[in-house]
Amino acid sequence: MLKAAWKNSTLLLILLAASLAPASAQDWIRTGTNRGAPIRLAVPDFRSANAEPQTAPLNQVFNQTLWTDLDNSGIFEMVSKSFYPMLMPGRPTEMNLDAWGNPPPNAAMVAFGNLGVSNGRVAVQGWLFDTKNSASPQVLGKQYNEEANADNARLIAHRFADEIIFRLGGGIPGVAETKIYYISARGGHKEVWAMDYDGAGQHQLTHLGSVALSPRVSPDNSRVAFSGLGASSWQIMMYSLDLGRLVTFRQFGGSNYSPAWSSDGTKIALASSMGTGSSEIYMADASGGEPKRLTAGKTDISPVFNPKTNTQIAFVSGRGGLPQIYTMDVDGSNLQKVTDQGYAVSPSWSPNGLLLAFAWTRHYGPGLPGGQDIYLMDIASRQFVQLTHDAGKNDFPSWSPDGRHIVFQSTRAGGEQIWTMLADGTHQQQLTREGRNSQPNWSFK
Amino acid sequence: MNHRTRNLTLILISLFFLVLITGCGKKKEPPRPQEPPEIKSVTAALSASPASIERGQSSTLTWNTENADQVTLDGRAVDANGSRNVSPARTTTFHLVAIGKGGTRQADATVTVTEPPTADITPPAITLTDEQIFAQNVTDIYFDYDRYDLRPQSQQALATAARAISQHPNWRVRIEGNCDDRGSTEYNLTLGENRARAAKDALIQAGVSADRLQTISYGKEKPACTEATEDCWQRNRRDHFVLIH
Repeated sequence: MLKAAWKNSTLLLILLAASLAPASAQDWIRTGTNRGAPIRLAVPDFRSANAEPQTAPLNQVFNQTLWTDLDNSGIFEMVSKSFYPMLMPGRPTEMNLDAWGNPPPNAAMVAFGNLGVSNGRVAVQGWLFDTKNSASPQVLGKQYNEEANADNARLIAHRFADEIIFRLGGGIPGVAETKIYYISARGGHKEVWAMDYDGAGQHQLTHLGSVALSPRVSPDNSRVAFSGLGASSWQIMMYSLDLGRLVTFRQFGGSNYSPAWSSDGTKIALASSMGTGSSEIYMADASGGEPKRLTAGKTDISPVFNPKTNTQIAFVSGRGGLPQIYTMDVDGSNLQKVTDQGYAVSPSWSPNGLLLAFAWTRHYGPGLPGGQDIYLMDIASRQFVQLTHDAGKNDFPSWSPDGRHIVFQSTRAGGEQIWTMLADGTHQQQLTREGRNSQPNWSFK
Repeated sequence: MNHRTRNLTLILISLFFLVLITGCGKKKEPPRPQEPPEIKSVTAALSASPASIERGQSSTLTWNTENADQVTLDGRAVDANGSRNVSPARTTTFHLVAIGKGGTRQADATVTVTEPPTADITPPAITLTDEQIFAQNVTDIYFDYDRYDLRPQSQQALATAARAISQHPNWRVRIEGNCDDRGSTEYNLTLGENRARAAKDALIQAGVSADRLQTISYGKEKPACTEATEDCWQRNRRDHFVLIH
């Protein structure tokens, strides 16, 4: 009887501890994911600078893209447009700082400007004003001029958004101009595809006609390495983004899977059965030369470099039963087991080197609670935070270069689709809808 | 902070007593001692007679199981014992699964279908016969969940396969390792590779020369079926063998 009571109160203590945990978890996760207290930012629609027929539609594309980029960044509290004053400023002389800096908008910063098309060119003027600094309110003033089309309206919005994010987000470049590489089977075969970070401009890169898996873009955005199914084995293949076609890459014996770039572009880690007949982690130079075996786990795959130092590799191994995440130095020494329960796969190392994102089924087996979700682990303390909850199977997280976002695949909307979220698990949104899409990889810049 | 701790302590103490009281209440009725039911092991057998037919003819499948609560033949629920006439258009392996408290047992029976002889042109028999012999003797083997060690019945199947391969020195064989779709894409590639390699090692052990055997893992990229059922998952956790000429 006493024993049962003791057991119950222990359980209660654990539940209490668990309910108190998120507050402290929030601290380290914000520190680790480059997110401070949000700044209240107002972004009135840019004014049309003239009555040219192309001006209004391009301005609409621009305004929508700019708003989404700033909202996505995770460092702003966007002031709702319903609080804005009647007069929308299109240039600094029309800016009334008090009207924007006091309630109801109560904005700390205002981004505004104008857009006009003339002679087939789209011209944009944009400013960022600090409402609390009446002496010299201008933080940014930018001009852009490009050929007039919707893609360029989007591009200019991305660039202006990244300027604002860089200036107000602690000097970390924004991600509005980055790309996501992924696998899509919408054409009948799994091929490598690419899209903008917000899901726009989805297009097919490879045409293998067999199976392509595990795309990883090089740090300089010139090539995408992936694993392709050949006639009798899997080989690392290389797609040149500059040339728009496959280029030769060294063929190894056995099968070769899951390539990964070091962040300086000089090394590639991969899993290969070239030496032992079973999958082990190897490291080679960027052209595939001098491959060196680093592990002997028989079931090792999915390596990823610590992009901060390039001196460590995280990977997956089933050497102890179900797959778990391990780390080691790039010479294979200092092996550490990072997870020790359930089924843990698909590590992605955060740009600052402090956190691992990975897919984890913590309680693995038929009838056990919970699913496969994305988790973050602080490598030093082994504290972890669950980012997705009760929403399909989630896998293949990949960090954005600013460390504020994670792209991943999820089955919550039916088949596998690609989603993004802020690195604290908020702001989850679906990027792909057509066919099945998986294994996203966020570019380094 | 002090208040919070004190409140917590109070809550804990009162809950502690609550648990004591309710705990006592429950203990008043002692559970009636009960003999644990004896768990009998499940058996399953499936046979086809005749095992080889010409296309258009029929064969009788007969199955017997013991101590099973649930019996399925190719995914469809059937009686514990029974028989059925089948007339497949091509060589087909039928798959019996019996599930009971004593575990899960499976049995396979293959009906080999041959082309009826045509009147005018006799087909060049050699390659066709090779494929028939291969299909009869080198059959898919199945694995447990997240495992790549061979089941006892797989070892028997591989012994049969090794004899047939040894008797046909012109044969080369590709072993394709596959997984069900529950694991992660990349990890399943290593699992499939180890499954193919397990069969290759067993064939080499039984005297087949290594250079006649290729292995490849398809992970979960080439499933035989796509339903989210135990039966389909089992059918996908397999090594498939292909004769290369």
